[in-house]
Amino acid sequence: MEYISLFVKSIFVDNMIFAYFLGMCSYLAVSKNVKTANGLGLAVIFVLLFTLPINWVLNTFVLQPGALKWLGPQFAEVDLSFLSFIIFIAVIAAFVQLVEMIVEKFLPSLYSSLGIYLPLIAVNCAILGGSLFMQQRDFTGFGESVVYALGSGIGWYLAIVALAAIREKMAYSNVPKPLKGIGVTFITVGLMGMAFMIFMGIQL
Amino acid sequence: MDKKLKETILNPILKGNPITVLVLGICSALAVTVQLKGALVMALSVTLVTGLSSFVCSLLRNTIPTRVRIIVQLVVVAMMVILVDQILKSGEATYAIDKQLSVYIGLIITNCIVMGRIEAFALGNKPIPSLLDGLANGVGYGLILIIVAFFRELLGSGTLFGIQILPAGYIPNNLVILPPFALILLGCIIWVHRALDKDLQED
Repeated sequence: MEYISLFVKSIFVDNMIFAYFLGMCSYLAVSKNVKTANGLGLAVIFVLLFTLPINWVLNTFVLQPGALKWLGPQFAEVDLSFLSFIIFIAVIAAFVQLVEMIVEKFLPSLYSSLGIYLPLIAVNCAILGGSLFMQQRDFTGFGESVVYALGSGIGWYLAIVALAAIREKMAYSNVPKPLKGIGVTFITVGLMGMAFMIFMGIQL
Repeated sequence: MDKKLKETILNPILKGNPITVLVLGICSALAVTVQLKGALVMALSVTLVTGLSSFVCSLLRNTIPTRVRIIVQLVVVAMMVILVDQILKSGEATYAIDKQLSVYIGLIITNCIVMGRIEAFALGNKPIPSLLDGLANGVGYGLILIIVAFFRELLGSGTLFGIQILPAGYIPNNLVILPPFALILLGCIIWVHRALDKDLQED
């Protein structure tokens, strides 16, 4: 039950885009049409789904204060949490590079549609942000981190596809010249954020 | 000062502002601007990280193999961010701000401004101009951050740097504190900026 609650919460209430502005750069840059937005959104779900649990394992068994207890009692005092930024980003960058190579070798058709977005994802704040939130909120189980990764990935996907659909239609509307392009996109995202706030405070 | 160097410093602040023109580093720009104090600390941290990592990457530019350069750059940036984070955590006054900024200090690593400047400038230029370019971009970013935070704190809490500015009868506007307002405010800043500078308008 708490998994469902966490899942729904991470999609709607704690939406990566509308509540925390994570991954905003690629969100704004790659939302000009639905097709590419779809590709990037799926890639984000995929990468998040793998890197977040890996980072959870590393955080629980290596980085946390006292996490190295399994090595022996003399390691019980060790606190490596100051290394977490560098470890998390290394995992993400390495994973993205690995996936890119595997997909390029075995699934060339997927690579041509997804390939260009994969390198972008290494520097997508939503991925690192997911890992940092996982660390900050002290998730107690591996399952929780998987559910959270899936939920926040889907939330990001929904947000980018919705914005892309709106922007496709907006191309035909008469927007004041200085506001055209990025300016009106910001205001649209703001309004979408307000709409998403109706989910605030939902308890399951 | 020769002309090119002056261009390097002035361009990122107005004509090529990382936030309003290049649309980089938006995530943190919106999230940390509820209060001026946090925005100021964030602006300083990003300026430092961008400057120093551009400098280091520029020093290493002839030794990094192109294929793995993203990982090398990320490691350099992550190192700088850890330094800034540890400095913030060490002081008593700054520790509270570090807590308030929560994950966004760590997210400087993936702030597109830092990587963008390394890729676009530092890898092809000497260390000193790269350092200046990084610092100037940080300042351009900080400027927008402080403008947004000024309005959000003034209208949202009636204070500036925690000091009451608006008369006591002022009822704080709660919408201003919520995330969506930051986006709308930034949209308006872009609107004003582009209305003043016609070259930046998109067609």
